[in-house]
Order: sequence, then C-alpha cells, then structure tokens
Amino acid sequence: MEQLFALTPLIPVFPLLAFALIVLWANKNNKLSAGLAIGGIGLSTLTSWAVIAATVAAGHEVQIAGWSLPVPWLPTAASIFNTGFAVDGFTAAMLFMVPLVCTLIFIYAAEYMEGDPRYARFFAYVSLFAAGMLTLIVADNLLLLFIAWEIMGLCSYLLIGFWFEKDSAKKAGLKAFLTTRIGDVLLFAGMLFLYSRTGTLTFREIFKPEVLDELSRMLIWGLPASTVISLLVFGGAVGKSAQFPLHVWLPDAMEGPTPVSALIHAATMVSAGVYLVARMLPLFAIVPQGTLSWVAIIGSVTAFFGATISIAQNDIKRVLAYSTISQLGYMMIALGLGGFLAGVFHLLTHAFFKALLFLGSGSIIHAVHHGAEHADDHHTDPQDMMNMGGLYAKMKRTSWAYFAGTAALVGIFPFAGFWSKDEILAEAWVQWHEAGSIGLPFWAWLAGTLGAFLTALYMGRQIGLVFFGKPRSKAAEHAVEPGNRMTVPLLVLALFAAFIGFINVPFIANGWLHHFAGLVHEPAEVLHLEAVPFQISVALVSTAVALLGFFLGWGMYRNLKAGQQDPLARMLGPVFTVLKNKYYVDEFYKFVFIDTTVALANFSAKFDYDWVINPIVNFVGNTGRLLGELSGRIDTVVVDGMGVLGTARLFKWMGRELRLTQTGQAQNYLLVIALVSLSLIAMYLFGI
Amino acid sequence: MNQLGFPLISTMLIAPLLGALLVLFIPDRNVKAIKTTAFVTTLLVLGLSLLLYFNFVSGEAGFQFEETVPWIPGLGIAYHVGIDGLSLFIVLLTTLLSTIAVLSSWTAITERVKGYMVMMLVMETAMIGVFVSLDLFLFYVFWEASLIPMALLIGQWGGANRVYAAVKFTVYTFVGSALMLVAAIVIYLQAGTSDLPTLLTSLSLPANVQIWLFFAFALAFAIKVPLFPFHTWLPAAHVQAPTAGSILLAGVLLKMGAYGYLRFANPLFPAGVAYWAPLLSILAVVGIIYAALVALVQEDIKSLVAYSSVAHMGYIMLGIFNGGLLGTSGAILQMVNHGLSTGALFMLIGVIYERRHTRLMKDYGGIFAKVPVFGTFFLIAVFAGVGLPGLNGFVGEFTILLGTFTTAPVLAVLGTFGIILAAWYLLTAVRKVLFGPLNQANAHLTDMNVREILAAFPLVVFFFVLGLFPNLVFDKVNPTAEILAARPSGAQTALVISR
Repeated sequence: MEQLFALTPLIPVFPLLAFALIVLWANKNNKLSAGLAIGGIGLSTLTSWAVIAATVAAGHEVQIAGWSLPVPWLPTAASIFNTGFAVDGFTAAMLFMVPLVCTLIFIYAAEYMEGDPRYARFFAYVSLFAAGMLTLIVADNLLLLFIAWEIMGLCSYLLIGFWFEKDSAKKAGLKAFLTTRIGDVLLFAGMLFLYSRTGTLTFREIFKPEVLDELSRMLIWGLPASTVISLLVFGGAVGKSAQFPLHVWLPDAMEGPTPVSALIHAATMVSAGVYLVARMLPLFAIVPQGTLSWVAIIGSVTAFFGATISIAQNDIKRVLAYSTISQLGYMMIALGLGGFLAGVFHLLTHAFFKALLFLGSGSIIHAVHHGAEHADDHHTDPQDMMNMGGLYAKMKRTSWAYFAGTAALVGIFPFAGFWSKDEILAEAWVQWHEAGSIGLPFWAWLAGTLGAFLTALYMGRQIGLVFFGKPRSKAAEHAVEPGNRMTVPLLVLALFAAFIGFINVPFIANGWLHHFAGLVHEPAEVLHLEAVPFQISVALVSTAVALLGFFLGWGMYRNLKAGQQDPLARMLGPVFTVLKNKYYVDEFYKFVFIDTTVALANFSAKFDYDWVINPIVNFVGNTGRLLGELSGRIDTVVVDGMGVLGTARLFKWMGRELRLTQTGQAQNYLLVIALVSLSLIAMYLFGI
Repeated sequence: MNQLGFPLISTMLIAPLLGALLVLFIPDRNVKAIKTTAFVTTLLVLGLSLLLYFNFVSGEAGFQFEETVPWIPGLGIAYHVGIDGLSLFIVLLTTLLSTIAVLSSWTAITERVKGYMVMMLVMETAMIGVFVSLDLFLFYVFWEASLIPMALLIGQWGGANRVYAAVKFTVYTFVGSALMLVAAIVIYLQAGTSDLPTLLTSLSLPANVQIWLFFAFALAFAIKVPLFPFHTWLPAAHVQAPTAGSILLAGVLLKMGAYGYLRFANPLFPAGVAYWAPLLSILAVVGIIYAALVALVQEDIKSLVAYSSVAHMGYIMLGIFNGGLLGTSGAILQMVNHGLSTGALFMLIGVIYERRHTRLMKDYGGIFAKVPVFGTFFLIAVFAGVGLPGLNGFVGEFTILLGTFTTAPVLAVLGTFGIILAAWYLLTAVRKVLFGPLNQANAHLTDMNVREILAAFPLVVFFFVLGLFPNLVFDKVNPTAEILAARPSGAQTALVISR
C-alpha cells in the first residue's frame, strides 16, 4: 500500500493534461473537450482513492506525520528551495471531497453548457481550476500552495468573466481577481516574512516545536513574528474565502456559468482559504490570544452578517452566495477557537451540500430559462425567485435533491450539516462554559446560533418561493426538468448531503474522521486536539431555531402572489432595504478605495505630464534650446558680426573705396607717385 | 578565459554589420530580399548566441569567451570583451528580441525599408556591444552608438509626434552619458587603465571621490532605467516608436541602465553605493507605486505599457540595491523576464495597431471572440506581467522580494502593494481591449497570421520555461550574483533602510 503514495503527484497532473490537450488540440471539438475534462478529473478521483486507501492502511503514524516527496526547484546558492508533495490524514480527507465533487460538477456542466460558443474553452478553464485546487492540497510547502492559489485566482477570473460580452460579467471577473489579490499580496508578504525568519516554507519544518517557539519570540515591528505572519496569512484566507471585509467579490462571482459557481463555492477557491488556515493553524495558535481571536471574530461577524444579507436577496444564486459567505464564517469560528477538526469537518460537508444547492439552482435556472424561451418571453429574469413558484410539480428529481441539500445546510438531524455545524457550536459552548464568563466563545456561539436561525429562514423563504405555491410567471409555468447528465449528479450529491456527516459522529466508529484527519497538528504541540463531546443542549437549541426559522420562511412565502410585496420587507421596513443593499459595503468601497485610487492616479498622471515632472524636463530642455539660440544670436551678432564678418566687411569697404583710385590713367598714377615721393623726401629732410 | 578558441563574441558583433552592408547592396525595390537578408542575419546571430549559452561553463563567476585586442595602445585602451552570468542572458535576450523585432516589422514598415533594416542591424551590434564590453571606453562607445539607430527609428518611422519624442529621447540620455564620460576619464587618469577587470582589483579611491563618481554613473543609468523621476522620455518614445522600436526599447535598452549599475557603478564604487543606495531604493519604490497609478488612467495602451515598465524596472532596482544574493539574482532574471513580457506586449499591440491604426483602448473592446488566438497570447503576456506563478515574472518578483524582506522590510511591503496595482491596470487593459460587447469597428478584425504567431510563440514558450524551471537561469547567474552581492557595503545599506 505504501507504494501508492507515489501516485500523489499525478493527482493534479491529469486535469492539467486535460487543460493542455483541450487548448492545444481538441479546442474545435466540443464532445472531445468535455470528455477530456471529465476523463482527467475522473482519473484524479480514482488516483485520489488509491492514495486515500494507502493513508487508511498506513495507520496513525503516517496519518499524522504524513508521507512526503521533496522536489528541488529553485537553487539559491546557499540552499536549495525545495518544493514537493505531501499526504497526511487531512490531505486525504480533502482528496476525498475535491476531485469527487469536481467530477460531478463537470458531468453536470457537459449538459448545462451545451450550445455555448466557447464550450471547449470552458472545459479547459475548469480543468485548470481543478488542477490548481488539487495541487494546493497535495503541496507540502507554502510556495507551491501559493502557486496553486494564484492559478485558481486566474481561473476564477476567466470563468467569472466567461461571458465577457456582458458588462456585468467582465466587471465581476476583474472585481474577483483584484479583491482576492489584496489577500494574495498579504499572504505573499507573510510567506516572504516567514522565509526570511525561518529559511523554509515547508510545513513540517515550520511546525517543529522549536521553530514555532522561536517564531513566537522573534519580533517584527514590536509584535511576535508568528502573530504578524499568521495575520498576513489569514489576510490571504479572508480574500480567498470571502470573509468580511473582503467578501464583496463572491456574490458577483454569480456572473459565471452556474457550474462555475458550484466549483468556486464548494470544491475549490473558497475552500482554499479555510484549508490554508487549517493547515497553518499551529502558527496561528503559538501565541495565545493572538491571531486566533481575530479569526474567531472575523468568522463570527461574517457568519452572522452573511446570513442577514441572504434573507433579503431575490436572486436564487445570490441567496446561496451569501449563504456560502456565512457558512465559511462558521468554519473560521471553529478554527479561531482552535477547533481544527470542527472546521475541517464543516468544510467537507459544506462542499457536498453547497455544490448540490448550486447545481440544483442551476437546474432550476436552466428549466425556467427554457420555459421562458418556450413562452417566447425574453424579459423574465430566470434567476429571480419572484418569477418562480410551484416548481416542485414540474421537477421532482431536482426538488428532492434540493430538499436534501437544504436540510443539510439548515442542520436538520441526521443530515450532514447537523453534525458539522453542531460540532462548531459545541466547541464554542464548551469553551464558554469552561471560561465561565461572557467572552469570545459566547459571542461566537451566539452569532452561530442566530446565524443558524437566519440560515433556516432564508432557506425556508427560498424553498417556499421556488417550489411551492403557484408559478408567478409564464416561464415558471413551462419549466421542465433537465436531462440525466444534470440530474444524476444532483442525486449523487444528495446522498452525500444526507449521509456524509456520519464519518464524524461520536457514536459511530468513535468519530472516525477525528482520528483519521484530526491529529495532524499533534507534532506541533500547541493545539488541543481532543474532540469536543456531543452537547445535547446545543443540538436541541440549534434544532429548535432551525425548525422555527425554516417554517417561518416557508410559511410566509409559500403562497406569495406575483407582484405582492415581500413579507419580510413589510415587517422589517428600512432594515430590509439595508440588507437588500448588502449594508452598502460595495458603495462604501467604491467611494473610499476605488474612487480615491483613481483620483490619486489621475492626479499622478497630471503631475507627471502636465504639472510637474514633464514640464520640468521640457523646461530644462527648452532652457537649453534657448541658451543655444542665444549663443547662436551672439555668434551672428557679436562673433560673426563684429569679429569674423566685421573684419571682412572692413576690408571689403576699404577695397570698394580704394577701387576709386584705380582710374587707369597714367597721369593720375604719376601724380600720386610724385606726391608720395615728395612727402617721403620732406619727411627725411625734416627728420620725422 | 575563452573556451572556444574562436572569437565568438566579435563574430556576433560583426555579423549584423556585415548583414547591414549586404542589405545596402540590394536594390531598393527588392524589398523582400532586404527583409529576408535582415531576418536571416538576426537569426544567425541568435544561433551564435545559443553557442554562447551551450558552451557557457556553469558555476564560474569570472568572465568567459574573453577577447583582448589593443586598441589605442599608447593610452592603454583595449578592445576587451567577454561575458559572465550577468551578461549571458541579456545578450540572449537581445538576439532573440532583435529577431522578433525584424519579424514584426515585416508588413508594418512600407517606406524606406532598406534604411530601416540597416538601422535594426546596426542597433543589434550596438546593443550586444554594450553587454559584452569590458573596457570603460569601449562600453561608452557602444552605449552612445546604440542611441543613434534608435533615435532614427523613432524619428523616421515613428508616429505623428515622432520628432519631439526622438529629440527628447536622444538629448535626455545623452545628458546623462556625458557626465558618465567625464567620470570615466577621471577613473582613467587615476588608474592609468580603463580595463574593467584590472580596475576591479586595483582601483582604490577615497570615499568622497567614489561618492561623486558613482553619482555621475548612476545618473546616466537612472535615466536609462528609467528611475523615477527621470522617466518621462519613455512614454513619449514608446508611444511614437514603431513596434520594433518599442520592443527593443523596452526589452533591451532599459536593461542597459540596470546592467550599468551591476557591471560598473556598483562594483567600482562600493562607498558610493553605500551612500546613494537608500535614495535610489526609495526612488525605486516611489516609481513602483507612482508609475502604476499613472498607468491605471492611461487611454493609450502603449503609454500604459510604458508606465508599467517604469514600475517593473523599480523592482529590479529594488533587488539590485537591497536584495543581497537573492535580490541580485532575482533582478538579473527579472531583467530578462521584463524584456520578454514587455517585448511580447508591444509585439502584440503592434499586431492590432497594424490592422486598426489606433492605440486607444476604447477603440477596441470585445475582440476576444473575434480574434481568439490574439486574445490568448495577449492574456498570457498580461499574466506574465502580473506575476502569475507558473510564468516567469513571478519567480523574479518572488526572489527580489524574498531578498528585500530580509534587509528592508518596509520597502518590500510597499513594493508588494505594487503587485495589486499591476494586476489592476493590466487587467483593466484586458477588460477594455478584449472583453465587453464587440465594437463594430472591429467587426472585420482578422486574427494573427502565421508570421505573427511565429514571432509571439517563442516568447510565450520562455514565459513558461523560465517560470517553471528558473534554475536554467539561476545555475549560471548565481556565481556572478554572489560576487556582485558580496560588496562590503551591502549590509550597511540594508541597516540604513530598515530603520
């Protein structure tokens, strides 16, 4: 079994190869392109299973310490910068989720994207995207992780702006790239600091207790180096995982085709940020009350506010987008409280049910879109839930799959989200009670529990609006269930949404995932790694709020008539408007950052060529030219005029005047000779 | 040391001139023969430079392929050429870009083709000469000689405002180099020789003299780089220059400045470096941010790329003056990288300019669907400039900043902000040119032809090769960089800045 580990580097290679083949060879053939992409990711899935099997068989020691393969990459004279691959329990757990979810999404996309003029290109991009994510999870060092991270940034840019003819799509792509880029640069800086202090970026080297200890005692700008570096790394995760305040790009990322949304929101991209924090957790935790508190605070804020925005959105995908932001907040809460496995567990379950919900929404949009075409209606927005209603009767498969995803997200027993969300809330609950006072764990628990209520509310609202009542548009009336390639992946994902939670249920196999993936940070000796026992009180409270929220939402919206006012808008009034406008964060950023930078840029440009720098250069140049002209003038007037030409003129004048004496008459000449001779004689005689 | 026993470098210097001579004998109307001769000549020189690469002994820090011939024996001035890890890759870059420049002028230049091609070839000799000279005066001769063909290329074959741009370019650079000549004469009078290797071992000047001599050299180089605030000649020259002129200007000529620091100013005057490095580093960082901001609001795409060059050259300066070994190696690699990516960008802009005769980004828009091959090349070149990992620009940026973070963290942090801005302005250009609804004026735009693809393809290949296997360069560069970075003042400089 051990030998199977050697397959690890191949996992990202298959989709990468698919990408290259599509771009260079198959780009004219749609069927072949999709086949290559699905084949590539399929092979990755199978290879991943082999590696997972090897990890399971290898037992505890390998699951914790991991298998690794260093590869020399960049010689820097003194040392060689190694890159490489590694697998431990955590990686193996990720390897179960990522390629599988990607494969299902690809199969779904093969039908969903039909008729698109850039079909082949789409499959090239998503293959590269998957290759990026897979590289990220098998990287044994921060540099390779960063490379993969950036490649995903590129792919998200290309895929979000895939329909680049649309103004909103090209803007969303740019926004996603630049917003995440802010985080990327912070991560990049953190990485460079880390290397400059430790001389390595390999995870297992950094997490040696003595290295961590040194990092906690070194200072950067008066703070422990570990704190500065981990805050910078966290900055990267905030960007990628769309945490407040860098969350603004994710809802706009809806501009991409729906399979891309599923890819970004579940298997790749946003998972990368959480993965990064989980991977680097010992560095975050080495100084108590340091970075981890910030992680928990940002997580709590995001979990709560994301959910509040979600209840006021009408676009089916936007509801889910803010839901993702909120759910990622939960993962950050877990990690911020030091609950490594709780965060990882929710990351895994969320990937399955959120992929399901996105693909489900895609199937709904697809159906309504076709319905609209059938009804010859080109004005109905197929993503607006207000135009839907009663779809349960028309698309049973999608509906049931969607219900399973909803149950998982809302946290209904025994669906996946119930177990994973509860573990996070239990973590907070236990820490709150251990501390015995109202501190960060309490606020995190409160934010999480209120968030759970809101989650149930917006999902109830969505289910009510989409599937129940009467169709509120012609498009919805004519909606039809899409084909098998779209619905089968939904049903597979629904199974996972229902049952994946059992891999970490305390009563079954003693919380299997915990032993398999939860102990990878043991060698660092800084985190508490024992699992939090099941808290029945937490489970009861969150189930109660979930049911309450869900039926409230469902009840209010299930019979909404076309054109009727939104019940929540009536209840909440101006608050609803604020939520609908996402707290005006976008407007605030535009005003504070974008407009300011552009103004500064305009100022710099003017400064450069109109006001200061170029005028100075031109002034110097013109002064030089002026001096040149002046000396030219001096040349003509003084030097030439008085000197060179003056002498010449003098002689010329003399010549002209004297010419008059040349009369040609001998008498005149004789007279002159006589006069001169007489004068000379006179001068001699008088002794002059 | 000359491992070939054959004057390879001199051959490379003479070959373009012979080619130019040959071109002169071809009748004016036989345009095709003129172009072919010029192209074959550059191709031949490219081949010769590959001989350099494959015969270069890795792990050697000293000069290789050296040739010495007395020139003005009475004064001890010799024709002394040779290359090391620093010059090898820049010479390769020069020969590659010269070939591509000729190729991309194929249909763009229709008037006075003969004179044009002669200038291109003379230019190639001058550029190679700058990077192989190991004698102060020989270097100066080539340095000035490179000015003339470029000025003519801009002034004769440039855009509407070409004369202003050509004059500005020539006068500005010339002012700098005049001071450099004075400094070179001072050194010569002090040491009795102008031979660089001899000077490196024997020259010892009092610190205050070094400070002034460094200043004289540094000013000439700063204008060439160009370092903020000496950069305004660059946008003017780029916007007006023909495509090939822009490729060589950005790709090779700017490197002469950075090269000058590494080859002459820094090793000769360590006390000067210690004195001036803080100022130069600050100017470099100001340039990174400032030029990026200016680039953000450009409407002329050539102007945008010109300002991006100022920003990118700022990183190279940062690496040279702060990065130690890593930064120096990174700076050398980044010189090559910038040459490749900016060369590619200008080449590609030339492709669409030739078809639409406009440089304004708003005149394009939505052309990605229309010209997918062009769009793909353009995207790759842009992302090489953005510093996307996997492509060459990242490795250079990464090593430079890695070096700088140890010695001058504040500057390094400021420098990293430039990365965000670089993504912003370059992707804005993509958005305006490639994306959006198709502007009907571009409805008949044709995609790149085979010749154009052939010109762009090698550059893109090198983006990937250098991005994925940076040790192809570092293996040969590191020994040289080690010596360059080991100047005693390095540590001192760093301390000054980090406080």
